[in-house]
Amino acid sequence: MRWIWIDKFVEFESGRRAVAVKNVTAAEEHLHDHVPGFPVMPECLMIESMAQTAGILVGQAGDFQEKVVLAKISKAAFFDYVTPGDSLRIEAQIGTISPEAASTSGRITRGEQLIAEIDLIFSHIDRNLAGKRFPEENFVFTGAITSLLRDFALSGNPSGSRGRESGG
Amino acid sequence: MTMSRDEVFQKVQGVLVDALGVDEEEVTAEATLMGDLGAESIDFLDIVFRLEKAFGMKVPREELFPAEGLLNNPELISNGKLTAKGLAELREKVPHTDLTEFAKDPSISKIADLFTVNAIVNYVAGKVNAT
Repeated sequence: MRWIWIDKFVEFESGRRAVAVKNVTAAEEHLHDHVPGFPVMPECLMIESMAQTAGILVGQAGDFQEKVVLAKISKAAFFDYVTPGDSLRIEAQIGTISPEAASTSGRITRGEQLIAEIDLIFSHIDRNLAGKRFPEENFVFTGAITSLLRDFALSGNPSGSRGRESGG
Repeated sequence: MTMSRDEVFQKVQGVLVDALGVDEEEVTAEATLMGDLGAESIDFLDIVFRLEKAFGMKVPREELFPAEGLLNNPELISNGKLTAKGLAELREKVPHTDLTEFAKDPSISKIADLFTVNAIVNYVAGKVNAT
């Protein structure tokens, strides 16, 4: 299993906002284990999908040089169940970004319907854990995210791929 | 723009309620951020971001929470206490904090207690009314 909870980015405005989509299918094993007999996407995985959308947005703002890790869930409110067949739109916006951290706010929608509101804080860990050493290489932004950004030509994109420019 | 101390306090209170998930009644002027309100290090950044938004101004973290930077300097600390030099430096860095009590026993373990709601209100009030 791969720990990727978004399918791809559909909008990307560097340093400002990004939108990813996630199509939920009945083939996902975990949907059937969470509440037996009622396949539903766990809310913690919706938070993870937002963390990936917002985290890549924050990472790209710094050309993927920082190790961006989720540090705090400031807010997570859920308004409906997500079940197989749902197409989710995961929209994240940068609130504040500083050398050591960033805050984001986000909404998950299905069509017109609001599913969740999730606000997060990310830490640039190399700048926040005085004395503790992390590996030199950036273990946060690896090749795994490359395909998510396949439609965009962005500075710092580890893929180096060239697609169409952001719609922003 | 000038703001009364009460107005500043109310806004700071709102920021802390949102950032730390505490009740309004808990955010008294004397409450310490870490001891009483359960703040952790990442919360300090959250508080800084929210203050900037609420008051529409830049809040450098080292200005608001300056004591953080002193703790790694061996010249300023001896046997777990701030030296005279360390204390002088702290005074200079936190003009908006009352250090009278702390100076009697300047243990570094007590530095966390200096981060009070009042210290934030003093800092913000000073900054808002200076501009």
